[in-house]
Amino acid sequence: MSEMVTLTIDGRSAQAPAGTTILEAARGLNIDIPALCSNQELTPYGACRLCMVEITHGKRTRLVASCIYEVQEGLVVRTETERVNNVRRLVIELLLSRNPKHPRLLAIAERLGVDKSRFEVEVKGCILCGQCVRVCREVVGVSAIGFESRGTDRRISTPFNVAPVDCIACGSCAQVCPVDVIPFKEENGVRTIWKTNFELARCEKCGRYFAPMRQLAHFSRVTGLPLEHFTQTCVHCR
Amino acid sequence: MEAKIAEIVSKYQSNPGFLVPILQDVQKAFNYLPREALQEVGTQLKVPISRIFEVATFYKAFSLTPRGRHQMHLCVGTACHVRGAAMIGDGIERVLEIKAGETTADLEFTFETVNCLGACALGPVLVVDEEYHGQMTLAKANKILNKLGKKVVSDEEED
Repeated sequence: MSEMVTLTIDGRSAQAPAGTTILEAARGLNIDIPALCSNQELTPYGACRLCMVEITHGKRTRLVASCIYEVQEGLVVRTETERVNNVRRLVIELLLSRNPKHPRLLAIAERLGVDKSRFEVEVKGCILCGQCVRVCREVVGVSAIGFESRGTDRRISTPFNVAPVDCIACGSCAQVCPVDVIPFKEENGVRTIWKTNFELARCEKCGRYFAPMRQLAHFSRVTGLPLEHFTQTCVHCR
Repeated sequence: MEAKIAEIVSKYQSNPGFLVPILQDVQKAFNYLPREALQEVGTQLKVPISRIFEVATFYKAFSLTPRGRHQMHLCVGTACHVRGAAMIGDGIERVLEIKAGETTADLEFTFETVNCLGACALGPVLVVDEEYHGQMTLAKANKILNKLGKKVVSDEEED
């Protein structure tokens, strides 16, 4: 167990292991901080900027992203100040200008008292939180997708914008996306993701399609077990 | 291509931390970053191609499309702009029949604008194949293009 530090969040004392973040400590106290790019299975990233909190630094206070700021002994954090809410309102307005419809964003906006973005709407859907890229890299371990370009052109893409060579069609990216903008479809034994069709394996016992062949081949590669071990029967019939 | 990439990669001890300098060398060797070359770099460095594509598209210095034999960069920063860089740019675009950021079909010229070269006292600045030309005028630009083998019909003769 790593060393514990004591900090204060919204006037309440909290204990957290060194190396963890303010966001985690706050959640431990049931303090709800809005966040879209953080996911406990992934490395902290600090992209969405909704989780901004105010920390006290001597006489002054400073805004930091709580999902990447590590707890420190004696740290004083406030999560609902005027300054914090102002910043969060600005951030949600910017996010709404990329994606004005998603219920998840609208719910956060409502909570912050924002009914409309002051910025011109330019629908991109994706809010560039990077969860899909990180899940593919860190959890799935294939790194089939990534960011492309930068600035206003930045977007998520497959390498060279063609059918992704390393993709195993597991669908983790679509599942993890907070604003559901990665198209994912399954029809007649074919899964379509990243504009590419992937063949699904059919269970020999129950006849159901249960997983993409590419994913099963990936399992076989990782575990060193023969491919037939995975492709014949689904988990339920095993 | 494989051997050339292997040579570049070994120069950096196959260290993925040197991805940017490796890509710079690859671009120098092929004049741009061909898709097969990036794939080969990925295989040799054991870096996923998605990661390499990210880096290659992030930096403006990298190009995924073939570039011209001669590269022209026109500064359109504030100082150059007020001294008429826009007019020179228009002139070059007209002569080469491409827009800024494009390459001529014969792969002879690539013309790009840049935002400041830090040589404001020389403005307007045109960089041709890494050589800086200051106090640029439309006539001087045409002269340079002529020297590089582009036949320039001056505006007066056109009429």
